[in-house]
Amino acid sequence: MLISISELRKFYRMGEIEVRALDGVDLEVDAGDYLAIMGPSGSGKSTLMNLIGCLDTPTSGEYILNRQAVSGLDDTELAHIRNREIGFVFQTFNLLRRATALANVELPLIYARMPAAKRRQQALEALDRVGLGDRVKHQPNELSGGQRQRVAVARALVNRPSILLADEPTGNLDSKTSEEIMSLFDELNSAGNTIVLVTHEKDIAKHARRTIRLLDGRVVSDGRRDDSRAQP
Amino acid sequence: MIWDNFRIALQAIRANKLRSLLTMLGIIIGVAAVIAVVSIVQGLNHVIATQFEGVGVTYIMVFPRQDLQDPDLAGREVTLTYDDGLAIMEQAGGLELFNPVFYRGEQTRSGDRRHPTMLLGIGPSHQEVSNHWVDKGRFFSDLDLQRAARVALVGRKVIEELELDEPVLGSDLIVGASTFTIIGIMEYKGEMMGQNQDDFVLVPITTARDIYGVEAVKQLRLDFKATGPETVDLAKDQIGEVLRRRHRIPEGTKDDFRVLLQEELLERTGAILGTVTSVVGGVVSIALLVGGIGIMNIMLVSVTERTREIGVRKAVGARKSDILVQFLTEAVTISLVGGLIGVLGGWGLGILGAKAIPGFPPAHVPLWAIALGFGFAAIIGIFFGTYPAAKAASLDPIEALRYE
Ligand SMILES: Nc1ncnc2c1ncn2[C@@H]1O[C@H](COP(=O)(O)OP(=O)(O)O)[C@@H](O)[C@H]1O
Ligand SMILES: [Mg+2]
Repeated sequence: MLISISELRKFYRMGEIEVRALDGVDLEVDAGDYLAIMGPSGSGKSTLMNLIGCLDTPTSGEYILNRQAVSGLDDTELAHIRNREIGFVFQTFNLLRRATALANVELPLIYARMPAAKRRQQALEALDRVGLGDRVKHQPNELSGGQRQRVAVARALVNRPSILLADEPTGNLDSKTSEEIMSLFDELNSAGNTIVLVTHEKDIAKHARRTIRLLDGRVVSDGRRDDSRAQP
Repeated sequence: MIWDNFRIALQAIRANKLRSLLTMLGIIIGVAAVIAVVSIVQGLNHVIATQFEGVGVTYIMVFPRQDLQDPDLAGREVTLTYDDGLAIMEQAGGLELFNPVFYRGEQTRSGDRRHPTMLLGIGPSHQEVSNHWVDKGRFFSDLDLQRAARVALVGRKVIEELELDEPVLGSDLIVGASTFTIIGIMEYKGEMMGQNQDDFVLVPITTARDIYGVEAVKQLRLDFKATGPETVDLAKDQIGEVLRRRHRIPEGTKDDFRVLLQEELLERTGAILGTVTSVVGGVVSIALLVGGIGIMNIMLVSVTERTREIGVRKAVGARKSDILVQFLTEAVTISLVGGLIGVLGGWGLGILGAKAIPGFPPAHVPLWAIALGFGFAAIIGIFFGTYPAAKAASLDPIEALRYE
């Protein structure tokens, strides 16, 4: 078991009102799984992803990642987990503007205190893996949307994390580019990477092997396809 | 890691050249002022040291003191005579030589060129006492002094100003209403604190008495040479006692003379330099303070502008301390680049300043001054960069990522 979540809650206090972004979520994810989280806007998908990604801490509940209890860790320990265990892909790419693709991909390795030469080699490998071996010196504004997201995927992969998280990774891409990014995820999953992605598009979700639905901060359905990704 | 941060910082500076330059202005001015002042003060110290080395600490001058504002002195006839000098030599201890000096501003003339200078009527020991010697020609002989001969020794400046033709020795020089024969040229002294030391004409004191009358030589400067540096202070006290007695100055009344030691002159110039340094120090601290606030301001702007970047860095594993160090490095880099520009600018000012003051040695900026300049810059960067860096470090990753 890679991820084990129980009774996870995240409440926001907005003046008088208490917003229950997550209201008791139980979830288990096996290593090597390919999970899509669906649900309407505001149902708590991003909140859940941020908690899984250790970017945020829950109001209450238990979260065990890779046999380590994450709830209760301090800032520095969470930073360490984000660095070693997690690769995050965002809807808006979130690349550093003035840095080359290579420098962007090297970023997690810098914080892992990896020596420069090894860092560079590992980053080049990751860029090769996402098909951008010939674009390493380009800055984000010299790349297309799909290419930018590939750089972001390379950055998420480069530290060989236990889990790849993607919050609406195709939300800013056209459908053709979306398909390309999704087949990249498929490949990565076939190669053994655990993937959790958020989407509200059925076409995207069907790439995953398992889909859960959130509504008002609760899991309302959890379905698994028997076959392994039958492509249309 | 530090190197990466430094590179990021330089990139950020390069991306906002004008903004960075404006931010650095306070630091630049502050550091440039430090360097320029240090280089000029060093030069002055050098000049003063060489000057006093030449004269020696055993040189004592006594001036008549006339002050109409002072009720103790007003209405009193202030005199300082040759006899005073002889009495001092007899009664005060620790003195080796005595030289009376008559002094007066006077017009010199040669052909149709005129030049106002200082006329000094001197005694036979002038060279030894003031440690200033004839360079070409000869000093006054005993016979010159006895006969009040119309002979003169001149400083280089006078020759230059009057454009005296070669051979200078033996040619005539009109001083006031009298004509003198130039028998010698005094050795070159150069400038001291902007004052030319070679602008004078020397004549025998007997000749001066002859021309200006006995009354005129009742207000002399009396020069002495002490037997050694250790007797100077004692000699000064005893000169005072002898003169007060001879001038019948009542107890509790001010002296009508002033005894000046080279050491005191040195101290006085030192005090002036000290004042200059502290005034500039004030300017520097204000400039550095302004510079520091500028850096804090720009760093706060930078943190806001780069909120998303901070979020991204945190998302991929940057710890609080990593972000703190990154932004501190950036603040220090800005202030150090400002410091570098300031050091170069101050150096340039020092060189220009040294060139502008005649007789000044070439500007010399000691290593410690450069270190001081950079030290100031670094401290300012750290001090004023800490708050913005801490603000960046404490940003919540999610909020930072969501920041538009
Ligand atoms: N920082 C926050 N402060 C207050 N409310 C928040 C905050 N973040 C999310 N929420 C609320 O929590 C709920 C779930 O948000 P989110 O997880 O972003 O939904 P989704 O990603 O499914 O659209 C929403 O009602 C949202 O308004
Ligand atoms: Mg969302």
